[in-house]
Amino acid sequence: MIQFDTVDKRFGDNVVLDGLDFAVKPGEFVTLIGPSGSGKTTILRLLMTLEQVSGGQIWVGGECLSHMKRGERFVPADDKYQRAVRKRIGMVFQQFNLFPNMKVLQNITEAPIRVLGLSRAEADQRARDLLELVGLSEKVDEHPSRLSGGQQQRVAIARALAMRPDVLLLDEVTSALDPELVAGVLALLKDIASTTDITFLCVTHEMNFARDVSDRVLMFDAGQIVEDAPPDKLFTEPDHERTRSFLQAVLNRG
Amino acid sequence: MNWDWNYAWEVLPGIVGEGLLITLEVTVLASVVAYALGLVLALLRRSPIAVVRWIVWAFIEFVRSTPLIVQVFFMFFVLPNIGIKLDPLPTGVIAIGLHYATYTAEVYRAGIEAVPKGQWEAATALSLPRGRTWFAVILPQAIPRVLPALGNYSISLLKETPILLTIGVLDIVGAAYQEGSAAFRYVEPITIAGILFLVVSYTSSLLVRRLERRVARSS
Repeated sequence: MIQFDTVDKRFGDNVVLDGLDFAVKPGEFVTLIGPSGSGKTTILRLLMTLEQVSGGQIWVGGECLSHMKRGERFVPADDKYQRAVRKRIGMVFQQFNLFPNMKVLQNITEAPIRVLGLSRAEADQRARDLLELVGLSEKVDEHPSRLSGGQQQRVAIARALAMRPDVLLLDEVTSALDPELVAGVLALLKDIASTTDITFLCVTHEMNFARDVSDRVLMFDAGQIVEDAPPDKLFTEPDHERTRSFLQAVLNRG
Repeated sequence: MNWDWNYAWEVLPGIVGEGLLITLEVTVLASVVAYALGLVLALLRRSPIAVVRWIVWAFIEFVRSTPLIVQVFFMFFVLPNIGIKLDPLPTGVIAIGLHYATYTAEVYRAGIEAVPKGQWEAATALSLPRGRTWFAVILPQAIPRVLPALGNYSISLLKETPILLTIGVLDIVGAAYQEGSAAFRYVEPITIAGILFLVVSYTSSLLVRRLERRVARSS
């Protein structure tokens, strides 16, 4: 579903990713862990086309995200082409990023109407179903500013799901939440992951959650994959010293 | 110097009935031009096409670096030579509106930049088209914040309207001057003109302050 082919990403002289190769199968839940600055979030941002690759290619569902064919040549993708490919990808952000000028319902219906061409009635119905799924049916007509962080993040999850994405990117989605709200959001995500065939790519510091839901966990350091293993193996008997020291530091912190 | 109440009462209706109305008309119409064109300039400054950005930048710099009266004279005395001829009032409205658009463009720019980057990213993640991102997401957040600043520019603009006296638009000051020169007595008409400006701009600034409080409350 997702394939990185020798992807480089540089910000000026700062090399964030250097010749990165990895692939995610359809329906897989893959979690990226590692110290901050190791390039995990950059991977999600490249997939969402919030950043552009410096080298290499990214493929999503058999289509190249970073480049397009022009005649016989392969050239960097333009905005229009990327817009078409990235419709299959959704993202949930650390800071929720709901649109504060729209009520909850319109936050969810805006893109299905404007991008997928749903009628207002279809989009409304889809939004109401999703709000029920995330447990916020009664907040349909609220403004986002009147919701708690946990509720805002649930709406953001509903908003991403309303686009029926093949791939959902989760960027530290509980890092900005009050501790007592984290568990509810994670339980919701686990539920969605187990009942849909969406492919998940998740960056998180919640190691218990990663262990619980992931099919595979990738340990990153300095833009490289240090270790790629099923969670039971990676969290209990990692092959690499770097993974062990990272896990120890994170778990001791609490 | 003494104050003649009878004479003051005599000139008041002319200054208010003609001058004040013209001043308000120019202020409102020129503000509309400045608000609309300023927004267009602010959006064009973020155009993906470099040449468009450069032209808009050059236009803004040019307009700001020359006095308003030069622009008024240019439009009124020079443009007719190439076949563009407008009456004094529309000329004045467009000239002042254009001049102030370069300032409101800056106001809009600041408002747009104050919208968090995450809003753009969420719009991208939902694949919203560019136009929809601007008009449904970014501008509805940017514009309420800048309304007080726009209002303040309207107050500045109000006080520039007497410049149109030079092309024959008789605003408050023009009407006062006319009354004064008819009787060779300027104390009362010019004082009245000053007081009228004070009243209009002070009440406007109170309104802007109320608007500021409302904006502060809702954000």
